[in-house]
Amino acid sequence: MKIVVCIKQVPDTTEVRLDPKTNNLIRDGVPSIINPDDKAGIEAALRLREANEGATVTVVSMGPPQADVALREALAMGADEAILISGREFGGADTLATGTTIAGALKKIGYDIIITGRQAIDGDTAQVGPQIAEQLGLPQVGYAEDIRIEGEYAIVKRQYDDCYHIIKVKMPCLITALSQLAEPRYMTVHGIADAYAKEIKVLGYEDLKDMYAEGTIGRTGSPTNVAESFTKQAKAKGTLLTGLTVDEAVQAIVDKLDERHLI
Amino acid sequence: MAKNVFVVVEQRNGAIQKVSLELIGEAKRLAPQFADDEKVVAILLGDKIADKASLLFEGGADEVLCVEDPMLGTYVTEPYTKTIVNIIKTYEPNVVLFGATTIGRDLAPRVAGRVGTGLTADCTGLSVDPETKLFRMTRPAFGGNIMATILIKEKRPQMATVRPGVMKMGEKCDASGKTATMVPSVLEPSDMNVEILEIIPKDTKSVDITEAKVLVSGGRAVGGPEGYNPLRELAAVLGGEVSSSRIGVDNGWIEKDRQVGQTGKTVRPQLYMACGISGAIQHLAGMENSDFIIAINKDATCPMMQLADLGVEGDIKKIIPKLTEAVTKLKESRVVDK
Repeated sequence: MKIVVCIKQVPDTTEVRLDPKTNNLIRDGVPSIINPDDKAGIEAALRLREANEGATVTVVSMGPPQADVALREALAMGADEAILISGREFGGADTLATGTTIAGALKKIGYDIIITGRQAIDGDTAQVGPQIAEQLGLPQVGYAEDIRIEGEYAIVKRQYDDCYHIIKVKMPCLITALSQLAEPRYMTVHGIADAYAKEIKVLGYEDLKDMYAEGTIGRTGSPTNVAESFTKQAKAKGTLLTGLTVDEAVQAIVDKLDERHLI
Repeated sequence: MAKNVFVVVEQRNGAIQKVSLELIGEAKRLAPQFADDEKVVAILLGDKIADKASLLFEGGADEVLCVEDPMLGTYVTEPYTKTIVNIIKTYEPNVVLFGATTIGRDLAPRVAGRVGTGLTADCTGLSVDPETKLFRMTRPAFGGNIMATILIKEKRPQMATVRPGVMKMGEKCDASGKTATMVPSVLEPSDMNVEILEIIPKDTKSVDITEAKVLVSGGRAVGGPEGYNPLRELAAVLGGEVSSSRIGVDNGWIEKDRQVGQTGKTVRPQLYMACGISGAIQHLAGMENSDFIIAINKDATCPMMQLADLGVEGDIKKIIPKLTEAVTKLKESRVVDK
């Protein structure tokens, strides 16, 4: 059984701050990490490999050459193989073109079960997993909290807003992982040494171009355009009360609640 | 030519979800900006569901397209995708809106991929460009740090998922005499490509904080699971619910479905009380549209205190219990008055 995990290298958005003067994003010094949902996907894949003899874990990422750092980390966690999909022609892709690009590569790589993170913390779209499944014509199960394999089926605990479904799906299939799917293990010293001994295979445009219909990848394959981006404007100032005693503070709040008919 | 604003209605166990009525309300506001005769069309899928169309007409839909099939009773990706793609190909909508729920975010990318059009995720603002008539879809990205406005210039339909709780429902419309247009199902047994073995309801204690009129929300300063108890007591006397910033959820102090923010829920209650929440951008993204915001914090300079309509510098552990007491007293005094 070949388990393929799709991962994305993302800026750690919890570390991002706004410049209080210009209201611009401060990107300098923001560390790059494996997207948290994807990392849970790697861990889940490693556990499936441990529970299913003969299974292998291949980690795939689409991104610039420096995304190999994320792939090395996945190798250090214990993945068997790492592949980077990288090329200028793939750049500027929206979720549809990204899904098409990765799906084309996956056809070459081969798979029995594909795991992606539910969503990346920089884009927050949750679209690329389903887009890959659509391009490959595979059944998908999103928002997975638990995965196990029974013969040629995967049994998945799928989270909804108000309930869970236990879903039986025949492989090949695609599953999107929630962070709570599996707490990622730490890299071991041995694993890190191994990770640097292993080769990261790079698939570029020349390797993959036969997989794509004309105009389906990169910027030209992307129906959406970003018209503008902006940081939010602060709204009108409210009242700020400082240096009150506890009783004064309580009274000030009660008065306001009463005035607004909230009591 | 692509025409009309379509809303994919979400039903769970036959119950129409609030987000769908929010989207119909928003679609009604947008439709005339595209063209005078642009209509709001709701897509209603289910097993025996056509009688629910009246709710959608009352919400402002001009037309309801209904597909009934046992395979559509409970949401499954493929039967829903195939059915909606068929409707899109038949009716050629200009715009299709989905709720950005765990269902909508599973379904919409699949539909967009099959139709080969663009999809903007998790929108919080929608408008129409007055000149080009293009749909302007605005969404937070980068953990809520940036807002981006997305256009789909050539492909149709222009598709978006929209965050629940952001758009407002419209005024109630007269639904008398209106009935759904039935569309025949195109599904075959092989379209059910997964099997639902079991449906497990979530803890019945779980609440939908997006429905609450008052939220008393705790941050780092609550300090632990017990720290939410005084907040619960205050929420109870104010007729509200307790919610939390991400820290409380990450630390396991409180349930995930009470989290407000970019990775939690978007809320717009009448009152949001931020108790010891400093106001990371990710959190503000989920609550800044609340009608009235009161913040209590030891740090008067933190972002939440700047955002709040009323910011009170102080220690929540001292202020909240006394506040609960004061509110209770005021309420009791009013009962005696009557």
